[in-house]
Amino acid sequence: MVTELVVNGRRYELDVEVGRSLAEVLREDLSLTGTKIACFEGHCGACTVQVDGIPTMSCITLAHTVDGREVTTIEGLREHPLVNAFVRADAVQCGFCTPAQIVSAAALVEANAHPSDEEIRHAMAGNLCRCGTYPKIEEAIRTWQD
Amino acid sequence: MARLIRTEKEVEGRFEEVWLVVEEDPLDPWPDGPGDVVGRPAPRQDGLQRATGKALYTADLQLPGMLQAAVLRSPHARARVKEFDASRALEAPGVHAVLEPEAIPELVREPNFQGQPIAAVAADTLGQARAALALIDVEYEVLEPLLDPEEAVRRGQLLSEPRTFDRGEVESGFAEADVIVEGTYRTQSVLHNSFETHQSLCDWEGDQLSVYISTQFIWGIRDEVSRKLGLPQDKVRVVCNYMGGGFGSKNGAGDYTYIAAELAKRTGRPVKCALTRREENLDSGHRNATIQKLRAGARADGTLTALEGEFIAALGWDGWLASTAGPMQMLYACDNVHTTEYGAKLNISPMKAFRAPGFVEGTFGMECLLDELAAKLEIDPLEIRRRNYADSTDERPYSSKNLMECYERAEKHWERRDEVRARSDATWKHGVGLASQVWYGGGGPPSYAWIRLGSDGRATVVTAMQDIGTGSKTAMQQIAAEELGLPLDRVEISAGDSARGPYASISAGSSTIPSMGPAVRAAAHDAARQVIEIAAQRYDKEERTLSLKGGEVVCSDGGSWPLEEVVGLLEDAQILGKGARGPNPTGMQVLTFGAQVAEVAVDVETGEVRVERVAAIHDVGRVINPLGASSQGEGGIIQGIGHTLSEERLHDPETGRVLTQTLDAYRVPTIADVPEIVFELLDVPDRHLTNLGSKGLGEPPIVPIAAAIANAIRDATGADVRSLPITREEMLRALEEAAQRQRDRDKVTA
Repeated sequence: MVTELVVNGRRYELDVEVGRSLAEVLREDLSLTGTKIACFEGHCGACTVQVDGIPTMSCITLAHTVDGREVTTIEGLREHPLVNAFVRADAVQCGFCTPAQIVSAAALVEANAHPSDEEIRHAMAGNLCRCGTYPKIEEAIRTWQD
Repeated sequence: MARLIRTEKEVEGRFEEVWLVVEEDPLDPWPDGPGDVVGRPAPRQDGLQRATGKALYTADLQLPGMLQAAVLRSPHARARVKEFDASRALEAPGVHAVLEPEAIPELVREPNFQGQPIAAVAADTLGQARAALALIDVEYEVLEPLLDPEEAVRRGQLLSEPRTFDRGEVESGFAEADVIVEGTYRTQSVLHNSFETHQSLCDWEGDQLSVYISTQFIWGIRDEVSRKLGLPQDKVRVVCNYMGGGFGSKNGAGDYTYIAAELAKRTGRPVKCALTRREENLDSGHRNATIQKLRAGARADGTLTALEGEFIAALGWDGWLASTAGPMQMLYACDNVHTTEYGAKLNISPMKAFRAPGFVEGTFGMECLLDELAAKLEIDPLEIRRRNYADSTDERPYSSKNLMECYERAEKHWERRDEVRARSDATWKHGVGLASQVWYGGGGPPSYAWIRLGSDGRATVVTAMQDIGTGSKTAMQQIAAEELGLPLDRVEISAGDSARGPYASISAGSSTIPSMGPAVRAAAHDAARQVIEIAAQRYDKEERTLSLKGGEVVCSDGGSWPLEEVVGLLEDAQILGKGARGPNPTGMQVLTFGAQVAEVAVDVETGEVRVERVAAIHDVGRVINPLGASSQGEGGIIQGIGHTLSEERLHDPETGRVLTQTLDAYRVPTIADVPEIVFELLDVPDRHLTNLGSKGLGEPPIVPIAAAIANAIRDATGADVRSLPITREEMLRALEEAAQRQRDRDKVTA
C-alpha cells in the first residue's frame, strides 16, 4: 500500500505493507536508526517520535495510519539545544533510550519552555531508562536553554 | 623487558591463579586531587553520537543480503520433543534455512526451562522468520519441573558442591553472646532488561567469521566462539562499537550467536539473531533468587561474637554460585563465622551475573540482621557498625580502606533522623536507615593499550575494549590526555573491534577503569618518553629537564615547543606507545567500600513505600571523571530501588512459566520513582593499586541500597521487612507482625 510519509520535513512515497510499524519503516526503509526498538509493544518509549508534534510510540503505530502527517525523529532534532544539554549534563549512559528521551523532551519544551520538576517527571514518565540516567535527564531539561 | 609472574585474578568475586607477562615500567603516582584533565568532570566524548542517534548499535546494523533469525523456544519448563516437523516452515515465504533440534548443541530436544531454544529459522525479514516459527509442527511430552530451591537442596540437585566457610568456632561465639538475633531473608529473581536485547550478527567471509555483538567482553567472545566452533582465534573478529546495556548479562556469546553463525554458514548470508523483549525476559539470565537463614550473636556492647548463615541460591538450569555469604564474611570484624551456600539446579533459565552478583542479595540479609540486632540492644545502627569495624577479615591487609571516613561523611545525613521522623502522621510514617557496602572492583591484568601520536600533535588511544555505557572510553581519553599533557579534545579513542587493537579486559566486576586505565597510562607514558627523547636531541636538552604540558614540550629552563613541532619532525609517521596492566599488590585484599543513608515514607494503611532521599558515600580510590562517576552512582542506586520495591520475575509455581515477560509486567523504575540523591566519592588514590590508584564504581552503589531502605522502613514503622521486593503485601505483612509483637508486649505489661 502506497503511503506518503513526511519525515523531518522530507516527503517520501513508500510501498508499505499493512501491518508494518512506523518504527520498522523508519529504521529499515529510511535508515533512520536513531529511533530504537527496545520492547516493540509500547511499554518503554525508546521508539518515541513526534507525529504532528505529539510524542508517539512508533513501534505500536502502524505506518499507514500516519499517511500525510508530519513525523519528526531524532534525526530531525539534531540541532535542537536539548541535544547539547543532554550531553553536557551527562544524561547519556548506554544511550539506547536517549534519542527518544530527547524527542519527548523536545515536545515538552515546545509546549512549555520552563517546565517544573513535576511537569518534567509527568511528561517523561513514559520514557524508561534502564541505566537510571533520570536525575541527569531532569537536569538537562531544566537547563536546556543555557 | 617482559617478566613472567604468577598472580591472582579476580572477576565478580571469583578468583583464579594465572600466569601473566608484565611489561609495565613502574610509574610515579599522580599527585592526589584533580590533575589537568583527570579528576575533572568531562561529558562523554561519544555523547553526541549516542544522543543524536548516529551511534550504530548492533541492533542498528544491516549488512547487504542480511537474513533475520527467529528462535523456537520451549513453552514448557521441562519437556521432551516427541515430534518435530519443519517442512511447512521451510516452504514459507522468505525462509532460507531451518535449524532442527540438535543441529547445534545450543538447540535441544529436552528443554529444561521455559524459553530454551529448540529450533531456529532464517528468513529475509524478521516478520517472515517469526511467521515460519508458527508453521513448525512440534509435539512435546511435558515433564514435571523442579522449581523449589529448598527441595533441590534436599534432593542434592545442585550445580556445584555446597560451599562452606569457617572462621573461628561459631558455636563458642554464640555461647559468648549476650543477645542472639535470627531471621530468614529472601531476595527475588531480578532481570537485567538491558534496552538493547541480546543479539549477534554473524558474517562469514571464507573461513573467517565476523561477529557483531552486543557484549561486555569482546575478547571473551573471540575466545569462546573460536573454541566452540573449532576456529583459530584470528579467524574470529568480534565487533561492538556501541552497546545498549548489559549489567552483567552479556559476558558470554549466548545461544543467539551460535544460531546466527550456523544459519549464516548454511545460507552463505549474514544472519542476525536478536532476542525480542519477551525472549529477553525468558532466556537472557537473571539475578538468582536467594533464601538466607541468618543468625548473629553479640555482647551487650554490640560487639559481634558469632555470625552464621545458610544461603540457598535458586540458580536455574545453569550458572555459577556467586557469593551471597560474602558480606557476612567480609563486612565486619567477627572472630567466629560459619556460612554454607547451596546453588540449586532448577527448571528455570540460567542465572547470569547481575551488577555485584551475590553481594547485592547478601548485603540485604546481613545489613538488615545487623539493624535488628542494634534494635534489640538499643544501640545506634551507625554506632554498631563502627564498633565492629574490620581492619582485616583474613589477615591480609587491605590495599586501602576508608570506610570509617565514609561513616563520618554519612553522619550529617544520619543526623536528619529526628527531623525526618517528625514528619510522620497517622498514615505516613517517615524514617531513616543505613547500610554499609563491601565489594571487589580492583580489576586486574591482563589488559593492553597503545597510543598513536600523530604529527599534528593529536593522540589516539587504541585498544579493543568495549564501552558498555559506563563512559569508560571517555575515562581512557582523560587518562591519556593527562599523561601526555594534552587537552582532552586532542585525544581520540579507537575501541570496540578485536581486529583493531590489543587485548582488553572484560567490562564486568567494576573492572574496566582499574584494569584498562593503568595500561592506557603506561602506553601514554611510553609515547611521552619517546617525544622527550626526540626533543632532547633536536633541541640539545637533557631528557630529565623536559616534560609534556599544555600541548607543549616544556623545558625546566623556560623553553617550550609545541608538541606538533616535535612530532612533526616525523612528518606523516607516528609515535607508538605501548602499555600493559601490571599485577595487583600481592598479599593484599583489594576491595571497595561505602555507606548509604536512605529516607523513606511508608503508608501504613496501604503498604506503599516511597524512597524520598538517598545519600551515598563510596570509596573507589582515585576518581577519573567525577561527572561520569555521579551518573554511575545514581544509576546504580535507581536500579537498586527497582530491585527493592518493584522488580520481580515471577514464575508460576506449578508450571515454572514466567509470568512477567514484558516491561509492563516487569516494573523497572521510571523518572517519577527517583528520590533526591546525594552522591559522594572520597577520591583518595589507593597507594598500593596500579599507577592510577583507581578502583571500579559500576557496582558498589547498587550493593547497600535495599538494606538501607529496609532499615529505614524499620526506623519509620518498627516493622521488619525480610523479603524483596518490598511489595505492599510484604509491607502489610511486616506491619501486622510488628503490631502483633506490640500486642503481645502490651499483654505481658498488663
